Amino acid sequence: MDELRDLYQEVIFDHNRQPRNFHKLPGANRHAEGFNPLCGDQLSVYLKVSDQDVIEDVSFEGRGCAISTASASIMTETLRGKTVQQAGTLFENFHRLVTGQDVDAVAPAADLGKLHVLTGVRDYPARVKCATLAWHTLQAALKNAATTVSTE
Amino acid sequence: MAPKSQAARSRETKSRAIQIAPKIAPGDNSTAAYDLAKIRADFPILSQKVYGHPLVYLDNGASAQKPKPVIDAMSEAYETYYSNVHRGVHWTSQRSTEAFEGGRAKVARFLNAASDNEIVFTRGATEAINLVAHSWGRKNLKAGDEVILSHMEHHSNIVPWQMVAEEKGARIRVAPVNDRGELIFEEYLKLLGPRTRLVGVGHVSNALGTINPVREMIEAAHGKGIPVLVDGAQAAPHMTLDMQALDCDFYVFSSHKLYGPTGTGVLYGKESLLEAMPPWHGGGEMIKYVTFEKTLYNDLPAKFEAGTPHIAGGIGLGAAIDYVTQIGLEAIGAHEHDLLAYATQRAAEISGLRIIGTARAKSGILSFDLGRIHPHDIGTMLDHQGIAIRTGHHCAMPVMQHYGVPATARASFALYNTRTDVDALMVGIRKVIEVFR
Repeated sequence: MDELRDLYQEVIFDHNRQPRNFHKLPGANRHAEGFNPLCGDQLSVYLKVSDQDVIEDVSFEGRGCAISTASASIMTETLRGKTVQQAGTLFENFHRLVTGQDVDAVAPAADLGKLHVLTGVRDYPARVKCATLAWHTLQAALKNAATTVSTE
Repeated sequence: MAPKSQAARSRETKSRAIQIAPKIAPGDNSTAAYDLAKIRADFPILSQKVYGHPLVYLDNGASAQKPKPVIDAMSEAYETYYSNVHRGVHWTSQRSTEAFEGGRAKVARFLNAASDNEIVFTRGATEAINLVAHSWGRKNLKAGDEVILSHMEHHSNIVPWQMVAEEKGARIRVAPVNDRGELIFEEYLKLLGPRTRLVGVGHVSNALGTINPVREMIEAAHGKGIPVLVDGAQAAPHMTLDMQALDCDFYVFSSHKLYGPTGTGVLYGKESLLEAMPPWHGGGEMIKYVTFEKTLYNDLPAKFEAGTPHIAGGIGLGAAIDYVTQIGLEAIGAHEHDLLAYATQRAAEISGLRIIGTARAKSGILSFDLGRIHPHDIGTMLDHQGIAIRTGHHCAMPVMQHYGVPATARASFALYNTRTDVDALMVGIRKVIEVFR
């Protein structure tokens, strides 16, 4: 079980127990719902994006496993104050991180910061979708996609 | 096999209800008649280690492991006599045809069908239901007609009917379940009406383990002239089946859950019904004569088997049927029932564990949740202890909605599982709870 600690780090348990920004967002101007058909998990991401394309506020709701909840929670913490373009680069880097690809290959390299606690996911291909559901939903919300996104 | 009396069948159904003995000792539930060590030795994969732990395989409801006789029968076919079937004049084709059709004959005996012509090979149980929905359904469903399904159906017995219903303007009516996960029989009876054209029901619920009273359901439907399709994917590996005693109209199951290969399944249909149904897929094998103006279709079962079939699949399924028949479906059912009773008792000792599906008549499936710990996290953590279970909605989302959960963790038992496997599962679950505390 000890090797599991690489996946389930204490930070993940913490965010799973007490997810940050876990509510609807009053005044949100972007919103999307994400769905993982593998496990039936659903989550919603809400954004307040300024005219200058800055993410002023972000929140989420829904239910999922510890990996997906923690990933969504940390995502909301990371995104506040970032531009839409920076968010896109972050996602690209994060996706590389959890699928075991070279993160530094992406230029300009964005600082993943706390998102690094999800590095362990790379050893669990079946769980990559859990870690990326919130990010896929974010992408849809940024495009203001009316449709529900799915990880499949 | 002589058809059993209704009373005998009814007793069988009742006897499957779980009786939890006050004390069941841990260890292996091997008896002189049921030699678990010998059975386990037949399954090469069971000696594998996963993350350094002996493999504890409890995902049999998704797919069962394969015994050596099945693997060998398929290898032997490919290594010594394989060829295309039915039309070749050469030795390999004759030999392959005999072996493949021999598989069909074994299925007919396994189900106590009246004739081999009632056995149609498909890719799986899902395709078998789609065949009935598209062939029988398109011909017989009209606007305003109704198809009754239970609330605990697998998606494969929901979606094909929705597709045809949408096309025809028919509608799906749902027979509800109670909190134990049992079909509410009186509500089912109320749904049977003048517009009902078909009843579709799972013999055993894959998500809950509930054994549905299919005999009584068929009897009630037949009282109103309504045919019944039974999805036996979760029943065929665990109990004796008798189509003539059951008086079932359509019955489907898949080979891979019955210790046979994937890619092969069975549609049983009463000959008169299959005769009256139009073909579904067109192609070779399903024809007698083809011109550009008109095609004369083949007789049963070839009419529904367009294209080259899964030849080794039919042969492997035949070997799997030989294997389970040799051990005996009654003995297998009793063994798994003992495991379920033991697991249910052990699970009840774990605080915070809720069993989802507590039907009085239940097959070897233990679906559960641990409150705020998501089933996917349970699955990953058990996997690291070498324990394979299923986590998710089990392709039965409506019944998950009934219980208000997105997913459950599910352990499902097979003929080779032991009480030691159950013990490992319980130790594993306690560790998960500990880590998440």
